[in-house]
Amino acid sequence: MKILVCITHVPDTTSKIQFTDNNTKLDKNGVQFIIGPYDDYALARAVELKAENNGSITVLNVGEAETEPTLRKALAIGADEAVRINAFPKDAHFVAKQIAAFSKDNGYDLILMGRESIDFNGGMVHGMVGELLGMPSISPVMKLEIEGGKGKLSREIEGGKEFIEVDLPFVAGCQEPIAEWKIPNMRGIMSARTKPLTVKDPVEDSAPTAVKSYELPPAKGAVKLVDNVDQLVDLLKNDAKIL
Amino acid sequence: MSILVYIEQDQGKIKSSSLEAVSYAAGLAQLQGVKVNVIGLGSIASDGWDQVGLAGANAIFHLEDKRLDQGVIQAHADAIAQVFDKVGASILVLAKSSLGDAVAARLAIKLDAGLVSNVVGLPDLSNGFVVRRSIFTGKAFAETAISADKKILAVKKNIYPIKTDGEVIKVESLDLTISDENFVAKITGAEKAEGEILLPEADVVVSGGRGLKGPENWGMIEELADSLHAAKGCSKPVSDLGWRPHHEHVGQTGVKVAPTLYIAIAISGAIQHLAGVNASKYIVVINNDPDAPFFKAADYGIVGDAFDVVPKLTQAIKALK
Ligand SMILES: Cc1cc2nc3c(=O)[nH]c(=O)nc-3n(C[C@H](O)[C@H](O)[C@H](O)COP(=O)(O)OP(=O)(O)OC[C@H]3O[C@@H](n4cnc5c(N)ncnc54)[C@H](O)[C@@H]3O)c2cc1C
Ligand SMILES: Nc1ncnc2c1ncn2[C@@H]1O[C@H](COP(=O)(O)O)[C@@H](O)[C@H]1O
Repeated sequence: MKILVCITHVPDTTSKIQFTDNNTKLDKNGVQFIIGPYDDYALARAVELKAENNGSITVLNVGEAETEPTLRKALAIGADEAVRINAFPKDAHFVAKQIAAFSKDNGYDLILMGRESIDFNGGMVHGMVGELLGMPSISPVMKLEIEGGKGKLSREIEGGKEFIEVDLPFVAGCQEPIAEWKIPNMRGIMSARTKPLTVKDPVEDSAPTAVKSYELPPAKGAVKLVDNVDQLVDLLKNDAKIL
Repeated sequence: MSILVYIEQDQGKIKSSSLEAVSYAAGLAQLQGVKVNVIGLGSIASDGWDQVGLAGANAIFHLEDKRLDQGVIQAHADAIAQVFDKVGASILVLAKSSLGDAVAARLAIKLDAGLVSNVVGLPDLSNGFVVRRSIFTGKAFAETAISADKKILAVKKNIYPIKTDGEVIKVESLDLTISDENFVAKITGAEKAEGEILLPEADVVVSGGRGLKGPENWGMIEELADSLHAAKGCSKPVSDLGWRPHHEHVGQTGVKVAPTLYIAIAISGAIQHLAGVNASKYIVVINNDPDAPFFKAADYGIVGDAFDVVPKLTQAIKALK
């Protein structure tokens, strides 16, 4: 089974977000970058599926050279090879077209992604790739089993989940509890150094959307602490006017 | 030129987030001097349509194909693409949801449209088409320009009020063919909490954390939630431990909520939890640790033992009604 896992290189969830250059760029000062948490679930499930079914895992990122340590980490977790499409990820459309162009002739049985990236939170790249490749796309996926060439999935819906059966190949956007995050061990870290990391040129494509500027939300005022529930109910009623 | 709004139903009832999307579209239509068309798929209770008209629709279409009762992603995308062309739309508006996101992404390719998700305001049309969206899980905003002729906007919950001053209009039945190849992913079943208020849709959310010590203590959370017609939420460890179902888990890796009121009980307020609730209008925190980080993100707080405070709060709220 050939699995492609697409990963993002994003600020750690505890990062304080700030911008520079007149609010047109993310301030990367002091920010630690990680594999997107949802992508990490996708990768963890891929490692388990490979253990059950044999095959190989390719991890892919559309990004500039700075993302390579993140790809190496994915190799340490259990991917066999890494590919970086050397381009600034302009927007979801642009990224999806890169991923589709790369995977078109590679015969992947399964393309796993995160449910959403935690920088732009679009939750769209998997659907776009599915449409570009003419494959079903399913997201957010909480459970994924492969049996006899078929995927058996559960997908989160508001208030519950639904169960889906679909033939391979397909694209899935993953979230917990699909698998437990895997922490690389020493052997993984050592072997990651020698696993192949290939850099490829992007296909020509424009982006239909572009960020003009960034902005931070206004600072939150101080909390009003009260001693008892009557005071709280009074505030909700007369201050917030919501009861 | 016109705007098309894709509305979703839950158990036959049109979702309130979809009504917000209709009103958002009506606001946008006014800026552009165009009309708002609405499309609903599958079985939708007939008494729900009046609200769609009142929310600002100029025309309503209904494709009553029973196969679309379920959210088959490809089939919904195919249906919407056909209607988009049929009505000559240039903008598609929808409410952000687990189905909406999945459908919008496929449509962006099908229609060759520029898609922006997590939209939090009407676009600025003074210099192109620039729309504000929430990014970094609520930690920032991005003013985003769409240069494509066709546009798709997935609108966040609770950013636009539902209008009620529109007109009740007649629903037109549509007859379209959705080919079988769009149904290759088969939905074989579902598990769904019946009759519950959906968490992403809720106007009030009552959420409990690991400080509540065990699932047996959720009775008081349920009572408080009922007294407020609220949806129930929880922190990640609570769903990881199996105390509560996964779909109640709020935060960075769970459901993102945007209610008018969020009540956090015995939740510490880790940054990943806050990421899911920072779009709430008012936050109330009940925690016995005065240094719990959640107080910094709260509007109102009580430092106290949840087992003491929560039942009293429920009583006080019931007494009010
Ligand atoms: C990548 C990543 C993603 C994550 N995503 C999420 C997410 O989506 N959602 C999420 O919630 N977490 C998430 N987490 C976990 C998060 O970091 C915290 O561990 C978690 O939110 C803590 O849950 P809690 O506040 O319920 O529990 P605790 O941290 O154990 O806090 C319990 C709180 O209850 C209070 N308490 C105890 N007893 C009482 C009492 N009797 N009365 C009143 N108060 C009491 C305590 O003072 C304490 O503040 C994520 C973590 C990572 C690394
Ligand atoms: N630059 C990128 N390179 C590789 N994969 C990506 C990239 N951006 C997004 N993805 C994948 O697409 C998923 C959804 O991203 P998004 O649509 O941005 O929320 C992510 O979880 C990744 O799996």
